[in-house]
Amino acid sequence: MVRYLAPLAILLVIGVFFYFGLQRNPNDVPSALIGKQIPTFSLPSVTDPQDLVTNEALAGHVSLVNVWGTWCVECRHEHGYLLELARTGVPIYGLNVRDDRAAANDWLARLGNPYVSSGFDPEGKAAIDWGVTGAPETFLIGSDGKILHKHISPLTAQVWQNDFLPLLREHCGPTDCPFLAAGGR
Amino acid sequence: MKTLSSLVAIWLAFAAGTVAAAAEEGFDDPVLEARYQALTHEIRCPKCLNESIAESKAPVAADLRREVRRLIGEGKSDDEVKTFLSDRYGDFVLYRPRMTATTFAVWAAPFVLLAFGGLVFWRILAARTNQPIDEELPP
Repeated sequence: MVRYLAPLAILLVIGVFFYFGLQRNPNDVPSALIGKQIPTFSLPSVTDPQDLVTNEALAGHVSLVNVWGTWCVECRHEHGYLLELARTGVPIYGLNVRDDRAAANDWLARLGNPYVSSGFDPEGKAAIDWGVTGAPETFLIGSDGKILHKHISPLTAQVWQNDFLPLLREHCGPTDCPFLAAGGR
Repeated sequence: MKTLSSLVAIWLAFAAGTVAAAAEEGFDDPVLEARYQALTHEIRCPKCLNESIAESKAPVAADLRREVRRLIGEGKSDDEVKTFLSDRYGDFVLYRPRMTATTFAVWAAPFVLLAFGGLVFWRILAARTNQPIDEELPP
């Protein structure tokens, strides 16, 4: 009996592994920073080099940190949705990586600026502290300054609905996320 | 002939470029250079699947090589460099992950599987040796 059941059991185990394993995206590397405090950084703003964007700007409220660059085609793709989110009152901070300041400013002037402010990081140094592997990437930051979620690839309405909103509902205090009530859905 | 000489010229130009890039990235001190080479071959590029940062052409790999170079230059130990990277990018970037609760399965799996295979092998062998040899022979 064992002679016939053992291979079947092994096949079943392998089958289960493949069933779940093959549905996973090998590019989805989980961030090591989830649940950790955001890294300290201080970067000149893209729009005004005199103006500094620091980790302190993110303290005390829920926000998004979006990694972008004008070289990034997918960033162009998600830009419209970022503008839409910004319009509903979601505070979005930009992390502009490996970019040219003039090109970045031109991009914001031409396509609209969804960011409260964008840190300018031409060498990608701050990006390494954030564990950034490319662009676009979007982090969800809680009001306690902890990283709640990281999304790699463009942010879309569907991703917002499925991945971000449940976390926001869970983590937003009564006054943390006015945009939820304001139709930020 | 003219084509050949221009091809050689192009090849030389590329070769010179590679040498320049390598010189810019490396260390003059052979000991530091050896550590730099060993480390960058042991750190996995987080963007590209199964390439070390030494082999990868992805921008993030170049940035990580630069960080490794900087940290070695600052006198950090290999372990400190690895901690710096795994703090930011997770155990994923270490080709030889450290033994932690989450990576325990990765380390234990080969031994568990070997023991299991050995057990199966031993049982089959034991079953066979117990059989009278005559029975297996054709009449």
